[in-house]
Amino acid sequence: MASTLKIGVLSLQGAVSEHVQHLAQCGEEAVEVREKRDLERLDGLVIPGGESTTIGFLMNQAHLLDSVKSLCRDGMPVMGTCAGMVMLARDIEDGKPEQPRLGLMDITVKRNAFGRQKESFEAWLEFKGIDVKVPGVFIRAPLVTQTGDNVEVLARLQEGPVAVRRRNMLALSFHPELTEDLSVHRFFLDLCRMTGQQ
Amino acid sequence: MKEKGTFRIKKGMAQMQKGGVIMDVTTPEQARIAEKAGAVAVMALEKVPADIREAGGIARMADPEVISRIMEAVTIPVMAKARIGHFAEAQVLEHLGVDYIDESEVLTPADEQYHIDKHCFTVPFVCGARDLGEALRRIAEGAAMIRTKGEPGTGNVVEAVRHMRKIREQIRRAVQAPDEELVSLSKELHAPVEWLREIKKEGRLPVVNFAAGGIATPADASLMMQLGSDGIFVGSGIFKSGDPQARAEAIVKAAQHYDDAGVLAEVSRSLGESMPGLEVNLLENENRMQERGA
Repeated sequence: MASTLKIGVLSLQGAVSEHVQHLAQCGEEAVEVREKRDLERLDGLVIPGGESTTIGFLMNQAHLLDSVKSLCRDGMPVMGTCAGMVMLARDIEDGKPEQPRLGLMDITVKRNAFGRQKESFEAWLEFKGIDVKVPGVFIRAPLVTQTGDNVEVLARLQEGPVAVRRRNMLALSFHPELTEDLSVHRFFLDLCRMTGQQ
Repeated sequence: MKEKGTFRIKKGMAQMQKGGVIMDVTTPEQARIAEKAGAVAVMALEKVPADIREAGGIARMADPEVISRIMEAVTIPVMAKARIGHFAEAQVLEHLGVDYIDESEVLTPADEQYHIDKHCFTVPFVCGARDLGEALRRIAEGAAMIRTKGEPGTGNVVEAVRHMRKIREQIRRAVQAPDEELVSLSKELHAPVEWLREIKKEGRLPVVNFAAGGIATPADASLMMQLGSDGIFVGSGIFKSGDPQARAEAIVKAAQHYDDAGVLAEVSRSLGESMPGLEVNLLENENRMQERGA
């Protein structure tokens, strides 16, 4: 029986409680991360969906950008969903260059790539490493437009990649926290467990 | 296969706004200030509620030109208001591509009996409510987000507090009621019984619930968050104040650190003049916007 993982959920703005509930349903301990000291001894971190400009503003205000960056560089697994993907991306197409973010992952994303809210949609996805199709909820979603070395595409739509991984970092255009399906969270937790064993 | 406009997509959009502040703006310049201050969305208007109140007469959907210019100015979601029951205004707003429609009592109602059938739109709607029955009637019509009505344009938080407390109190009643009492409770609240069952099961509204109407200071935002709001709408409170940029940032920080008095004290310091306020009890009945569209 594996021990329980302690997973942080960045709790500044957005779909925080949904991720916390999913992690709890997977049997893990979820911790709300609001300030630096909440980052201690985590086995992984989730950056939820929300507004990336707001989350960036609040991360900057709370002096969290540098601490999260250094933890991720040291190998802490991190999963960013929607706004979280934007926070992880090194480059943003047509974005605001001054938008504070982590910029850790060698990908370029386009914000609101599918259009405005009325173009938001649900679609089933083939997800590499998960046996069954995964329900994807895309809300004013970003899209990966370029990937650097060692970036693995896990899921894609006709328009381009919507789930990518580079080492300990997982970035998703969609919201696994908005469906009852736990498979994407389990996929991330496996990554956390493997990292912990190394 | 992409499926658009599902209820999950509509209410999911509001879930992404949780913990955030949505600000009324009337110009692209104000929208940029709001975005920079960390707003999760802006409400595009021709006049803020305080000015609508002062101008009197009939208040309608904003000029599409005003809305489009605000949409071009920012990357965060843009909401806009349609009159209660005015589905043609809502069709125009959907066509423009606004991200959320507020079927709002701030504008003069177009239909005194019926609200818009919100199910037949792809764009999601937010509606005001003063109690649980009103909230559930709007949800039954397709609203994917609820906000308190408060008393808009007054800078007086008392009505928003009343409405949030009422909704929470009635949710507690529904949760505690034995099954056999739900039908009679549904009659009392004028609320569809199937949604009451849902509330009894989940212990909360099935959609996100924001506070709106009279919020003017960081402490007001904190108060509403501590009373259980998922987030905050600020109407006239920001751009009718002395220093909008500072106040916008302060309210964003207050919504996030709502339970930290130290942060609240810090962000409330030297903010300059709040918007001028109105005593709600002195408003004549016809000037009380919250009575519109129950």
